[in-house]
Amino acid sequence: MSSAATPHVTAGVPQPRDTPARRISVFLSQHARVRLGLLLTAPLFWLGLVYVVALAALLITAFWTVDSFTGQVRTEFTLDNIITVVTGSLYQTVTLRTVGVALLVTVIDIAIALPVAFFMAKVAGPRLQRILVIAVLMPLWASYLVKAYAWRSVLAEGGVVDWMTAPFGGSSPGYGLPAVVITLSYLWLPYVILPIYAGLERVPDSLLEASSDLGAKTWRTMGSVVMPMLWPSIIAASIFSFSLSLGDYITVNIVGGANQLLGNLVYTNVGAANNLPLASAIALIPVAIMIVYLTAARRSGALENL
Amino acid sequence: MRLTTARRSTLFAGLAIASVAVLTACGTASGGGDSGEEATELGDYEGSVSILAWPGYVEDGSNDPSVDWVSAFEEETGCMVESKTYGTSDEAFSLMKTGDYDVVAASGDASLRLVAAGEVAPVNTDLLKNYDGIFDFLKMQSWNSVDGVSYGIPHGYGANLLMYNTDVFPDGLTSWSAVFDDAAANSGKVTAYDSPIYIADAAVYLMATQPELGIENPYALDETQLAAAVELLKAQRQHIGEYWSDYLKEIQAFETGDSVVGTTWQVIQNSITTGNTEVVLPDEGTTGWSDTWMISSQAKSPNCAYAWLDYIASPEANAQATAYFGEAPSSQAACEFRDDCEAYHAGDADYASQIWYWSTPIADCLDGRTDVECTDYAAWTTAWQEIKG
Repeated sequence: MSSAATPHVTAGVPQPRDTPARRISVFLSQHARVRLGLLLTAPLFWLGLVYVVALAALLITAFWTVDSFTGQVRTEFTLDNIITVVTGSLYQTVTLRTVGVALLVTVIDIAIALPVAFFMAKVAGPRLQRILVIAVLMPLWASYLVKAYAWRSVLAEGGVVDWMTAPFGGSSPGYGLPAVVITLSYLWLPYVILPIYAGLERVPDSLLEASSDLGAKTWRTMGSVVMPMLWPSIIAASIFSFSLSLGDYITVNIVGGANQLLGNLVYTNVGAANNLPLASAIALIPVAIMIVYLTAARRSGALENL
Repeated sequence: MRLTTARRSTLFAGLAIASVAVLTACGTASGGGDSGEEATELGDYEGSVSILAWPGYVEDGSNDPSVDWVSAFEEETGCMVESKTYGTSDEAFSLMKTGDYDVVAASGDASLRLVAAGEVAPVNTDLLKNYDGIFDFLKMQSWNSVDGVSYGIPHGYGANLLMYNTDVFPDGLTSWSAVFDDAAANSGKVTAYDSPIYIADAAVYLMATQPELGIENPYALDETQLAAAVELLKAQRQHIGEYWSDYLKEIQAFETGDSVVGTTWQVIQNSITTGNTEVVLPDEGTTGWSDTWMISSQAKSPNCAYAWLDYIASPEANAQATAYFGEAPSSQAACEFRDDCEAYHAGDADYASQIWYWSTPIADCLDGRTDVECTDYAAWTTAWQEIKG
């Protein structure tokens, strides 16, 4: 409104009342740093207290010890827990088993997710694409426990797997590590498909056409054009499935038979053994593995493209 | 103001050190609470009581409208009941340490630890009029009293039984050897209870099969005896299909045939619908539980807590609660309100004598030996994790 510039009309606008709220607002508009500080306090408080301090508490607890009979935590510094975890053959075996399961789950999920995501992003029409995205997301609407128990009955003796493989002379793998890998692969599949699908969406169709015009066959186009652009998404997807598998203990309890993973050791040490310090020390193993994994991912340059 | 990298990292290091210092300072340095004095007389009811118990011990009709013995107590005393259930003795122990509960129903593998940690107070049984009717073989035992001081009132008891699939064992079983020495015959279909306390089951078997080990009490194992039990359980581990701690999981495993032999509770047998399972108390004897209602040393409502202890030991309430859970009641009078006391061998002192009730293993040998140190629960927990591998 051009009239706002004339003194005549300005005089008609009443002077704002000098309320405390207005004074604070004036102060904040003049002091940008204070404003920024106040805006950031809540999220930083969250990040600091809930996230960093929780991790720090975990780290510190690992150096304490527990009175074996009364169960009280004694706050004396000791390296015993760390030494036990690093040197104990039990923890080495279970760590290897856990990493093996997590790697296998990641590989299986990526192998399934790549063609599915490619079909969703590049082949399916817009309508089918939407339906497929919903179909991929659908399992996330159901509870984790329901899905794990569903696999328990699917894999049970006389269950669906038994019934389907019986004509070919097969049988259900029963409860054990194969069942854990199958169930975890199923549970984390949406988390792997979605980042890869998003990554493929960003690959322009024109590049595929250009590659084809220049005489590249399907596999050459995949290897030289699609994969380099898709690599960061695959790494991101693998971080999901790998880290989620590393910490899981419920699926193992339900379909894992007599096996235990790192999560179970943490769980029994907190619950059954009431040994929080040792549990903290064990919980540091997945943290360490993830740090190594993320560093390796960063070295490969994948994280910078995220 | 722009921080240089060096100054910034110094700042972060300072922050990290400060937060570590703060955390250490406000750590969990609280020592074991004092175990408190036992009450000599009761005052007015406080109006509410919070109870920690096994599932099925405190039913107010919200799970099943026909299963309700809490409402009658609330009407009688005006003490409103808030209850929480737990899944394992170890969880109960952790929860009691919060001090949020007035009353706890503890099994023997938790009760002594609760006493030692000062979480429960002595209970003056003179103030409980239903105490007199309770079976004598349940009173003042090693899991509910310390040095002649009672720490609670017995609730119900039961045995860990051997369950087997009658299709696989048409001739029946009478020995635990089916899950130990002969487990290979059903490799991959044997099940066992998933808790360190299961080591005692192996010890009971060793008492019968390897007397030269000299085990007098399955909860008092020295290093050698524990090693023998661990060896037995590691051999068993090769043939285990799965361990169970959730009883619904075991019911399903026996119904589908994924498990065909293993340790169980009477209530599981009662719940299995396929009809091809049988339970037996093997010749070697067995382990079992005898639960105790205890009062927290930090109870906010001690009078309502005493009222609950007395009420739940009364014949009718005790009969309802123990029948629903599937265990023997604590008194003969309770059997008048149940028709299945026979099945649970209630009051049968001979049957009860074959049961080694869960007790927390401690360094001072429970069998009275003083020349050796016994392995404690922490050692059992470590051993159990190694057995599972």
